[in-house]
Amino acid sequence: MNGAVMSTQTLVQLSYLVAAFLFIVGLKRMSSPLTAVSGVRWAGIGMVLATLVTLAFMGASTFNLSLVIGAVVIGGGLAWVSGKRVAMTDMPQMIALYNGMGGGAAAAIAAVELYGGGSQSTAHLCIALIGGFIGSVSFSGSLIAFGKLQGLITKSIRFGGQKIVNLAILVGTVAAGVAIVAGAHAPAPLISAFFILALMLGVAMTLPIGGADMPVVISLYNALTGLAVGFEGFVLDNAAMIIAGTVVGAAGTLLTQLMAKAMNRSLSNVLFSNFGESGAAGGTVAGTQKPIESSDAGVMLAYSQKVIVVPGYGMAVAQAQHKVWELCQLLIEHGVQVRFAIHPVAGRMPGHMNVLLAEAGVPYDLISDLDEINAEFETADVTLIIGANDVVNPDARNNRQSPIFGMPILNADKSKNVIVIKRGQGQGFSGIDNALFGLDQTRMLYGDAQSAAGQLIQAVKAAG
Amino acid sequence: MIDGVIALYIFMLAAFTGYEVISRVPVILHTPLMSGSNFVHGIVLVGAMVALATADTTLVRVIGSIGVFLAAGNAVGGYVVTERMLQMFVAAGKNRGKGR
Repeated sequence: MNGAVMSTQTLVQLSYLVAAFLFIVGLKRMSSPLTAVSGVRWAGIGMVLATLVTLAFMGASTFNLSLVIGAVVIGGGLAWVSGKRVAMTDMPQMIALYNGMGGGAAAAIAAVELYGGGSQSTAHLCIALIGGFIGSVSFSGSLIAFGKLQGLITKSIRFGGQKIVNLAILVGTVAAGVAIVAGAHAPAPLISAFFILALMLGVAMTLPIGGADMPVVISLYNALTGLAVGFEGFVLDNAAMIIAGTVVGAAGTLLTQLMAKAMNRSLSNVLFSNFGESGAAGGTVAGTQKPIESSDAGVMLAYSQKVIVVPGYGMAVAQAQHKVWELCQLLIEHGVQVRFAIHPVAGRMPGHMNVLLAEAGVPYDLISDLDEINAEFETADVTLIIGANDVVNPDARNNRQSPIFGMPILNADKSKNVIVIKRGQGQGFSGIDNALFGLDQTRMLYGDAQSAAGQLIQAVKAAG
Repeated sequence: MIDGVIALYIFMLAAFTGYEVISRVPVILHTPLMSGSNFVHGIVLVGAMVALATADTTLVRVIGSIGVFLAAGNAVGGYVVTERMLQMFVAAGKNRGKGR
């Protein structure tokens, strides 16, 4: 820096500093609805800056440079197209997929360091291994999560002694890692064994976890990928990677805790208990499910003072958010006060319902979260439940035997009438019966959310 | 080369920053924010690029190329889905109050 010429290395470092600053500002702005879009754009500028400066000054041979550009174009191009095309309802699994790719990339960096044999001190080697381990687990685990949410893997595979098998894989991975550090020049097969075992652990850990817990798991893997990126940042002396990776690691950990808390489950519970399989023994549910015709339900809604809508995953699957908002607009024209009540874990990710309702154009001052709305159910004439189940199950409050006892719920059972739109008589995601459906004031409107909402629109119009 | 202890300071401060930035977020933004933080760790792309740039054997070139491919997917895909999601909040914000 003395004199006029700045070394290229300093220039690269300064661009990383600016990028890290933009990432943090971006994340900060993303935490408020009004500034959120500008937030992701600031972070995007940081990413482009860091990438271009790195590309310009990394001093690759022409051949390596063409490999870099080719891989960026193919990987980025595929992600661009898939990201633009994916339906809003499928967002959670796309986040899982892209997150897994990041973990895989961190693992690949570790693999390059190890196979390349360029590694240096024991400390560097250890950090590269830890990052590679976390990245590999996040990669294969995220791919399984993607497969489950996408419906490619429909069963939660569980067998006796599964935890012992997982523990054995973990011990094997650590042993391979220790052997790599101990030996002067680790043979390639040993390195391969390390990565294969780590990848297997991610698969084995994720396979037994049920669909209802996937949001927590994806969030956890997001945090893990961040950590892996941070560790590989240490290996490569790359401050941008250390800062961005660690920020995401910490933020992701907190986010995971918030999600687990909203479901009243601890993280270890999510990872190590086989929820929903044996937990169905919650006692039998009193009362029978009483069906209702859409015409009657429409009249009921049209002549209400106040309607609270509780959307759930069923609305998301049926892509019914637009129809539901159309129905609500119609009710508002009739002078009905309409509110949306969103449980923290409605859908498959916290905030998933908000994204869908926002897509349909619902103003967010009509949307309330659990704490705001729970006192209002008593004054509601009708609570309209659209494809939600466990989040309105009063057993969580009343039945100590229920596996979801203690989970905060929306108090839909306190309202004068409840209409439940549901595909059939089956159980919810967690596989437990819902006491709400048997209550005296509850009526069931069977059908998928899209067509049921359509029928209700006709019925409300017919009602005057 | 970043000195070991300095690196630990960076690590510690960054961890606090991440925790603080998220701690006051409304629930409605949890999914977009998870997606946004997913985009931010796409910075792994610069590391993957550097790793591939210095590759000198076929094996390392193959692994490095896979790494860059995956990292580019993380960065680009993460950005696209985050922006799409957040765009909707802008649209919904403009409709503010219309429903009443």
